[in-house]
Amino acid sequence: MKRVNAMRSGIQSRVFALLIPFLLGVHGLTFAASEGHGGHGEEKAGDIIMHHILDTRVMDFEPFGSFTLPSIVIGGFDISITKHVVIMWLASAILLLIFGMVGKRYRSMKATEAPSGMANTMEALVEFIRLDVAKSNIGEGYERHLPYLLTVFVFILMLNLLGLVPYGATATSNINVTLTLAVFTFFITQVAALKSHGVKGYLQHLTAGTHWSLWIIMIPIEVIGLFTKPFALTVRLFANMTAGHIVILSLIFISFILKSYIVAMFVSVPFSIFIYLLEIFVAFLQAFIFTMLSALFIGLASAHEGHEGEAAH
Amino acid sequence: MLTSGIIVLSGGLLDPNPGLIFWTAVTFVIVLLILRKFAWGPMVGALEEREKNIQSSIDRAETAREEAEAALRKNRELLAKADADADKLIREGKEYGEKLRTDIVDKAHAEATKMIASAKEEIEQEKRRALGELRNEVADLAVQGAEKILKANLDANRQKAIVNSMIQDLSKHRN
Repeated sequence: MKRVNAMRSGIQSRVFALLIPFLLGVHGLTFAASEGHGGHGEEKAGDIIMHHILDTRVMDFEPFGSFTLPSIVIGGFDISITKHVVIMWLASAILLLIFGMVGKRYRSMKATEAPSGMANTMEALVEFIRLDVAKSNIGEGYERHLPYLLTVFVFILMLNLLGLVPYGATATSNINVTLTLAVFTFFITQVAALKSHGVKGYLQHLTAGTHWSLWIIMIPIEVIGLFTKPFALTVRLFANMTAGHIVILSLIFISFILKSYIVAMFVSVPFSIFIYLLEIFVAFLQAFIFTMLSALFIGLASAHEGHEGEAAH
Repeated sequence: MLTSGIIVLSGGLLDPNPGLIFWTAVTFVIVLLILRKFAWGPMVGALEEREKNIQSSIDRAETAREEAEAALRKNRELLAKADADADKLIREGKEYGEKLRTDIVDKAHAEATKMIASAKEEIEQEKRRALGELRNEVADLAVQGAEKILKANLDANRQKAIVNSMIQDLSKHRN
């Protein structure tokens, strides 16, 4: 019971910590709104929300100031470091720190020893991905894809969670990031398919085993089918992460648009806290779903002929 | 609703950004490679090893249980057999004892009967011998008495005295 209370108070303090930058961000809005006229409030709110969600080259630490990230252009390509890149590096650093420590602990541990603390927590995660995601979806030879699935899970999870902390940004609410991750899954899926069926089997699979006269229809459908999978992955993660943030920010801005403390107290704050808690859940859920579907696609692609036949009929 | 409509219309959400794609790919691949070497390898290895350990422990426990059960079964069988053996031995012993007893008793009976018979025989013989002796004695006595009677026949007193003395003698002799 004590523990539950401690957890609850931990969440509450985190929620308050989250709300601070919102309030501070809104502070800027009130200034902006007071300069213009009431009728433009909504547009301003939309701009502010977009500002929070979109990628930018400016790192904002609002009451303490901000700085602009350097722009890098190589060979005509703009590979400037943006806020989402910085967040991604931060997430990577946290992951490397946590899992470096855990990995070190495992190296020095004997097989009969039980893990404790952080190692134990991470082991539960790894074991879950290993057994319930990789092994049950890919089956034989799942070990080969395990590092990718584990990495993609913790990477997306960390990016999702970093979107929920003060001054954080959700890199996974940027379609470029989710697209890149989905493309990784796509390539791994295709390689797995090629490896288990060979080039001939892979090309045969594109015809879906139909009569040659139907190939003119079947091949385009199957090729489109190949690309819908990563597309679905991309949009699912991107839309889920974006939507949650837009909802939270919109709820907060209701009170500023209506300029009412009552609305703020009874609508904006409670509802945004609720959505925030939901977002914590969604952060885990979406990381899990991305990993799960990746494993499923890899499993489907590398399934043996018998399974393919069963699936086709 | 209006706000979200404005957001979608204003664009930006779906803008491609090659730089971000590049950095995402680079970051992800580096994280993947480092974690694979330093985290997933040891962790998954440890998990697999533990899994194997647990499986082998279970297997060993199972074999031990089976062995124990077999030993128990064997023990029970041995015990049952020992019980049966003991029963058999006791029964046999009892039978033997019974037989021995009846034998001894029978023998004793026979012996006793024989002894009684021989004793009877002996007594009979003794009796016969004694009777013969008595007969001879009585004949002698009678002859002696007759002699005395004949001698004392000379006078009555003497006769009387003779008869009396004879009777006395006889009674004395009897006694």
